[in-house]
Amino acid sequence: MGRFLAGRLAATLPVMGIVAVIVFLLLRLAPGDPAAILAGDAASPEQIAAIRANLGLDKPILTQFLSWSGRLLQGDLGSSIISNQPVAKLIFERIEPTLALATTTIVFAVIVAVPLGVLAAWWHGTWIDRAIMAVSVLGFSVPVFVLGYLLIFGFAMQLRFLPVQGYVSITEGIWPFLSRLILPTLTLSVIYVALIARTTRSSVLEVLGEDYIRTARAKGIGESQVLWRHALRNAAVPVVSVIGLGIALLISGVVVTESVFNLPGLGRLTVDAVLAHDYPVIQGVILLFSALYVVVNLAIDLSYLLFDPRIRY
Amino acid sequence: MIRSPAMKEPVLSITGLTVPLPLGADRANAIEGLSLSVGPNEIVCVVGESGSGKSVTASAVMGLLPPGLTPSAGRILLQGEDVLTVGPARLRALRGSRMAMVFQEPMTALNPVLKVGDQIAEMLEAHSGRGDRETRRRRVLDLLADVHLPDPPSLAKAYPHQLSGGQRQRVMIAMALANDPSLIIADEPTTALDVTTQAQILKLLKELQARRNAGILFITHDFGVVSQIADRVVVMQKGRLVEEGSVEDVLTRPRDPYTRMLIAAVPRAEPPPPRPRPQPSAPILTVRDLTKTYGGRGLFGGGRAVTALDSVSLALQPGETLGIVGESGSGKSTLARCVARFVDPSAGHIRIGGDDIALLPTRELRPYRRRIQMVFQDPYRSLNPRRTVGQSIIEGPMNYGLSKDAAWARATRLLDLVHLDTGALDRYPHEFSGGQRQRIAIARALAMEPDVLIADEAVSALDVSVQRQVLELLEDIRERLNLSILFITHDLRVAARLCDRLVVMLGGRIVEEGATAALFANPRHAYTQALFAAAPKLRLAQE
Amino acid sequence: MSSPAVARFTTLPPVLRHPGVLFGLAVLLIVGGAALLAPYLWTGDPILLRPRLRHRPPSAPAWLGTDAYGRDVWSRVVYGARVSLGIGFSVAAAAVLIGLVIGLVAGYLRRLDAVVMRIMDGLMAIPSILLAIAMVTLSGAGIATVIVAITIPEIPRVARLVRSVVLSVRSEPYVEAAIGAGTRLPMLLTRHVLPNTIAPLIVQGTYVCASAILTEAILSFLGAGIPTEIPSWGNIMAEGRQAFQIAPWVILFPGLCVAATVLAVNIIGDGLRDALDPRTARRVGALR
Repeated sequence: MGRFLAGRLAATLPVMGIVAVIVFLLLRLAPGDPAAILAGDAASPEQIAAIRANLGLDKPILTQFLSWSGRLLQGDLGSSIISNQPVAKLIFERIEPTLALATTTIVFAVIVAVPLGVLAAWWHGTWIDRAIMAVSVLGFSVPVFVLGYLLIFGFAMQLRFLPVQGYVSITEGIWPFLSRLILPTLTLSVIYVALIARTTRSSVLEVLGEDYIRTARAKGIGESQVLWRHALRNAAVPVVSVIGLGIALLISGVVVTESVFNLPGLGRLTVDAVLAHDYPVIQGVILLFSALYVVVNLAIDLSYLLFDPRIRY
Repeated sequence: MIRSPAMKEPVLSITGLTVPLPLGADRANAIEGLSLSVGPNEIVCVVGESGSGKSVTASAVMGLLPPGLTPSAGRILLQGEDVLTVGPARLRALRGSRMAMVFQEPMTALNPVLKVGDQIAEMLEAHSGRGDRETRRRRVLDLLADVHLPDPPSLAKAYPHQLSGGQRQRVMIAMALANDPSLIIADEPTTALDVTTQAQILKLLKELQARRNAGILFITHDFGVVSQIADRVVVMQKGRLVEEGSVEDVLTRPRDPYTRMLIAAVPRAEPPPPRPRPQPSAPILTVRDLTKTYGGRGLFGGGRAVTALDSVSLALQPGETLGIVGESGSGKSTLARCVARFVDPSAGHIRIGGDDIALLPTRELRPYRRRIQMVFQDPYRSLNPRRTVGQSIIEGPMNYGLSKDAAWARATRLLDLVHLDTGALDRYPHEFSGGQRQRIAIARALAMEPDVLIADEAVSALDVSVQRQVLELLEDIRERLNLSILFITHDLRVAARLCDRLVVMLGGRIVEEGATAALFANPRHAYTQALFAAAPKLRLAQE
Repeated sequence: MSSPAVARFTTLPPVLRHPGVLFGLAVLLIVGGAALLAPYLWTGDPILLRPRLRHRPPSAPAWLGTDAYGRDVWSRVVYGARVSLGIGFSVAAAAVLIGLVIGLVAGYLRRLDAVVMRIMDGLMAIPSILLAIAMVTLSGAGIATVIVAITIPEIPRVARLVRSVVLSVRSEPYVEAAIGAGTRLPMLLTRHVLPNTIAPLIVQGTYVCASAILTEAILSFLGAGIPTEIPSWGNIMAEGRQAFQIAPWVILFPGLCVAATVLAVNIIGDGLRDALDPRTARRVGALR
């Protein structure tokens, strides 16, 4: 157990290191003078020089990296080119809506997708299976923002029973908070539901073909027992693992969904930074999301211990 | 006939059972018009080669046929009740209580995420009338003790992966016995186990059956097992019953030609008289102090090192066949793969001719590759499915500079040598049976004109009748080509037949070696003795 | 008893009997035809500005209406198919080729394996849209930039797939037999290893293609994609955002096109996977 934990942690550090190197190199390897790119077309030489000094671009690349990563380790993500505010502060101000949306989405998606996938596997080859799988392929194919606008159009504009856009903190009441998250959550969940449902189905199908399922049937226990006791727990690991890998999809979706629904979260921060060419902010958000992805997947690796007694170290 | 309970009502009686195969299969029916019965306290062995329908028979009785297979005719009476017509609820009630099954693969037949005690207890829960939790717990412990598992209380809390193969099969048997079934179906229950474990499991089954008055339908491909355990024997071929009778009758006076052929094909556990051998000269292959350790080099150095080979030394004379015998985990395959340099040895020497190739880097190894060739265990995976037989055979010679025409001519000659039609050269592997593919693999190895041929369990995956043909082929070509063979096998009977000398391995070491006949006559090491005692022997006319 | 997994590549034709695959191919054919024949499909100039005709709903002169600058949405959508399909196919081809090389290297040269795969893990940890956004922001908008920016995050998935195929194939006895027969590495890879990667790569390639079409739409929508003067489905929708409530058709029609195309490619991918994946086949005929 201890060794498993240590091994996983040790595998995590190089990944984070590589993420940092990639993010660092992106700016430095960009064609042309990075300071000029960031300053934009209308910038004066003084502005460009200021940006160069701000990012330390005039020093040797190794020095840049060492001082940059040194500051990174102290939690200093640099400051915005536009507002000169520290990136960490900007992120902290915007993190609440994003966390709220991501949480509701994960919870909703898992609650919906896992039963759908199990159902499809159980009725393998019937119309139930085909219908669930058809909906799931469809879910993979509709662009998130198109779906968002359709939902806004249907539920908020025509039927008028949900607020169209915006965000209210949970501190101002549960219903105002939730009602504004319902449509974004639905929008963001679709692709995630599709992913989890597909994986659940194929994982359960795989397990249903195993020898120990035949053993269970040979015991004369009911089919529902076969499913609940013997199949589901064995099918759990790939499902849990895809929930973690899907975080990457979720993060991409968050950026889009927040723009569509006007939620003042990290996604909006990113889009605004893109339009303003505010690279330090983009870089900070990437680092944060990547770290989140790595940490979530570390937690998920550890959760395998709950599902499979064979994993020990 | 002394034990025959023919007077009593049979527990299982199958009459006229036919199970059609889906369209497009190689024959119309998996089972055709099969009739057999199992009496109480009787062990009936169903014997046959792969594709004989013996496993389908077992599944049909349990009502566990895979989708697509449905019996079209016949009755399967379990104590007078037809399991083909009773309906799903009643069938479930019968399964696990009146009939129970032990499967072939103990490694995969138990649920990996449930404790073994709970898996046995489930059998009791599923069929009511087995009292409260505490009663069930005690019953589970009794069952584990019945199958002679050590320390039942802690074993009940173990997960399957913590047990050995033999222990898992004992758990399966305990599970099958839980509700005192009248019929136990055992589908190749010892095939996946080492011989010494197999002998123990057979003994256990026999002992339990005698105590409990249950009938056993025992599916096997191995006449050695049959002769150890059966009261009556049913021989199947391509879905039909070809012969049935008491074990003595069938083994000593087989009437059907197929049965006779099968029994004749079973290798005897006594070696034939030794071949005349020239005086030992300079060995063609010498292995000295060969060692292979795995692991122990992880990032934190914490990984446990496993020694798969521990200072193994041996020598192979020109024209000699040296058998390497051992159970799983003995290191015999690692030895073969180290000598062929598919695995890099950790230390030691491998001399072929005069040169030591044990630690040569891959680049410098190429000139020596040609001199050691290997025939692999699985005939279905040892030929590239996308390349014709001819392409596979000429690849090696052409790598070493032979022209395409010369290589092709050699391939034609070799196919003839292994008794295959030369038209085979332009066909793809999937058009051939397992035995034919093994011949092709032998031809491919010989095309390199190697100094040493390594056969790694090369006949283990084959049915006995095919196995015999391939062994005969090997006997024939080693005489003709004066071939030196390193023959790796777990099967003493096969080793006895083919090898001039034997090396017995245990835990990565050689524990005993000697001329085959001498070793069989007088095994000295305790492990060798145990191995010989456990090997399933045909007891024929001697009774 | 079943013929080995790898032999299944020869069984491709049944794919065409799959109704979903037929539907997918039909949709792709239509979209592809539209892209090729764009000038002849009753289209006008897709970038002609007609300020007086802004936000006209669908009608006889403008089948799909006009956008905020009075440009004809039908013409823009048809020409946009060129960009979207072009990006989908180029990203799929580039990601598959580069991923194949990296996967082969990682799978065959053990010394590089750990390093290469850690870099792939690092790339996978960065959310692909964000990585693409950063690259486009830094290198400036342009079709080539967008293709590179979408391709790079897709590479690790392909590389991992190839590596896993290589690792499982290289322990196959027939590959060992070829090594034992003195076959040199380049020949070993092309003859015995590469053919096994083709089927899974075709399937993976269709998924990459679908995902690339979606990603392009999202990038353009977020303002980090194709230069706004080129009509791509993402750009058309991005420009329809502000006026979504009064002119929803500007977003809906290109949205439908993206959805239908991506759906078609995904369905083809699923059909190919079912036909080429030996595991599904084995399940159907699981007979001992």
